Amino acid sequence: MSTLIKFTIDGVECMAEAGTYIVEAARENGIYIPTLCNIRGVKPRGSCRICSVKVNGRPMTSCTTPVADGMEIENNTPEINDIRKAIIEALFVEGNHFCPACEKSGCCELQALAYRFKMMVPRFPYNFPRKEVDASSPKLIKDHNRCILCKRCIRAIKTEDGKNVFAFVKRGRNVRIIMDPVLGEQMSDELAQKAVEICPVGALLPREKGYQTPIGKRKYDLEPIGSDIEKK
Amino acid sequence: MGKKITIEPVTRVEGHGKVTIHLDNQGNVTRTRLHIVEFRGFERFVQGRPYWEAPVLVQRLCGICPVSHHLAAAKALDVIVGAGTGDGLTPTGEKMRRLMHYGQMFQSHALHFFHLASPDLLFGIDSDPLMRNIIGVALKHKDLAVQGVMMRKYGQEIIKATAGKKIHGTGAIPGGINKNLTIEERDAFLHGADPLNIDKMIEWSQAAVDFFKDYHQQNQSMIDNFAAFPSSHLSLVRKDGALDLYHGVLRAVDAEGKKILDDVDYQEYTKYINEEVRSWSYMKFPYLYHLGKENGWYRVGPLARLNTADFIPTPLAQREFELFKAYTNGKPNNMSMHMHWARLIEILHAAEMMKELLNDPDLQGDDLVTKGTKQNEGVGVIEAPRGTLFHHYRINDKDQIEMANLIVSTTNNNEPMNRAVNKVAVDYMTGQKEITEGMMNAVEVAIRAYDPCLSCATHALGQMPLEITLYDANNNLIDRKRT
Ligand code: SF4
Ligand code: FES
Repeated sequence: MSTLIKFTIDGVECMAEAGTYIVEAARENGIYIPTLCNIRGVKPRGSCRICSVKVNGRPMTSCTTPVADGMEIENNTPEINDIRKAIIEALFVEGNHFCPACEKSGCCELQALAYRFKMMVPRFPYNFPRKEVDASSPKLIKDHNRCILCKRCIRAIKTEDGKNVFAFVKRGRNVRIIMDPVLGEQMSDELAQKAVEICPVGALLPREKGYQTPIGKRKYDLEPIGSDIEKK
Repeated sequence: MGKKITIEPVTRVEGHGKVTIHLDNQGNVTRTRLHIVEFRGFERFVQGRPYWEAPVLVQRLCGICPVSHHLAAAKALDVIVGAGTGDGLTPTGEKMRRLMHYGQMFQSHALHFFHLASPDLLFGIDSDPLMRNIIGVALKHKDLAVQGVMMRKYGQEIIKATAGKKIHGTGAIPGGINKNLTIEERDAFLHGADPLNIDKMIEWSQAAVDFFKDYHQQNQSMIDNFAAFPSSHLSLVRKDGALDLYHGVLRAVDAEGKKILDDVDYQEYTKYINEEVRSWSYMKFPYLYHLGKENGWYRVGPLARLNTADFIPTPLAQREFELFKAYTNGKPNNMSMHMHWARLIEILHAAEMMKELLNDPDLQGDDLVTKGTKQNEGVGVIEAPRGTLFHHYRINDKDQIEMANLIVSTTNNNEPMNRAVNKVAVDYMTGQKEITEGMMNAVEVAIRAYDPCLSCATHALGQMPLEITLYDANNNLIDRKRT
């Protein structure tokens, strides 16, 4: 039998089943906590830290921390929001994100969060790293300029027998995403499409398609990120 | 002792230009040069990008006429995706793009005429620079300033409805368009509250042409002689010789009206047009191969288009076209300041075309994109507000852009702008010992007739900053004047 427990977010009383991750519990109570690396229904990794909250005064990632009875969670505070904004800014300067020409513009979670947190000019200097477009796969184009290394593709895109199609190679600054040469080539069109959709940014692109949805009709044109949760 | 004069506009993003004028010991002009830094970098920048990004990427070349780049690139990619050229698209695809283009032409020409050119005309070339700007126009001729603003707004709304945004939209995609026009959008453009409806736009466009004709009558000698020089003219024309700003074949006529190029499929432009590099300018000098570097240069833009076309396929603009042609007895018009006249006739044509398109039910169609057999190379050409614009792409077997070549309108007008500046320098500087304000203004006005990218933004808010520096033959600075 599941047990309902009580906790607060920014002083608002909430209820959820024990063991639910904070980010999900918040969602059930109509409160949006931003996420990037998290995928609903897939084991969380807690790598991007954008979902950071304070639990009883201590910073935690809300996508990996289950709620417990009596927890006092801080979410929408100036301090936490500035940390989130700093993370977004860091992601922007670490890659080459030219939103106006990107196919994902309007449907990109990073861009949507930058709007939500009113990012203007990043506080960090731009790195302008040299990165490549890899068009060798017959199914997908990988634009390393835009990859935020969230690992969503690694965790969510698997063959029918459960094998990973994507993986990381190298480490540190040189880490990047690769596709298994055989599995990548054999990938079904549906799985390729799923990979495009799972990628929060425009790092995985479908071939010979782009800008199909007119400006004004794109995902976040219609519903700014988080607003679907907040209006419930 | 020879002298060298340098006129250097302190510019912003559009480009950077300076004028150098060389005098001999008697004060005669021996040589003039207009130096422009332009955007070669973009041709490298797009290399390696997936080809379908090109129309969205390259429009960032320019904040003034992004739609032209957007459409020229999309036209080149139509060829690559096997949709062919011109009539290869679905009626909705082609007509939505045309509407976008005429909206762009309308707003860009309106900006140029009301904001950039009208101050020169209303206040005179020698007038106080403090008045000779759009603020001055607004103070003294409020109705004109308001019309300029509203016409621009109307054109921008058309762009937004077709491209998705007023600047840097995404509407044109390889093989077609990503949206149609809703009935509500259409009705707003056709019957919106005054002044934002198409009939008012046509009325104001006609009034602008009439304004120019009056002005011309009163200032005939200046308008006819200022920076005038003979040249060839090049543009697209429709197969039947009609003015067509979106699609057609290449035609060029010489100063006497003889066709020196006709019915050329622009996919083969490299067979007919070559680009010369000169050591002192970053901008290339295009010319017609078969006539050689010396004689093969040509003008593009509104004046060139009215010189190459046989007629205009809308009634009001055609009537004005006939008057325009009659003024030179049917011969090509080589008077630089008549560029303004031609531009206004094109505004009228663009307004009439928008009305025709808005009344066409094809704009509400759902069949938006065509695809065929893939090609690895394509050329797109369009008549941009400032003239013929070439985009040429080649892709590799992984769909990445391997080669891009762009010949922008201002590049096509490189030699003519140099000639215009030379003409002004000879007229105003010969025998002069000092740089006059009138001289500086005249150089600026001559360049501006061509509406090159480098001058737009700087002048819109006031004066294009100029600096003239005078050197003697030994390169010693002897005088410097700034506006
Ligand atoms: S390709 Fe996309 S999903 Fe994969 S790690 Fe990079 S940003 Fe994340
Ligand atoms: S969403 Fe929780 S750490 Fe990334």
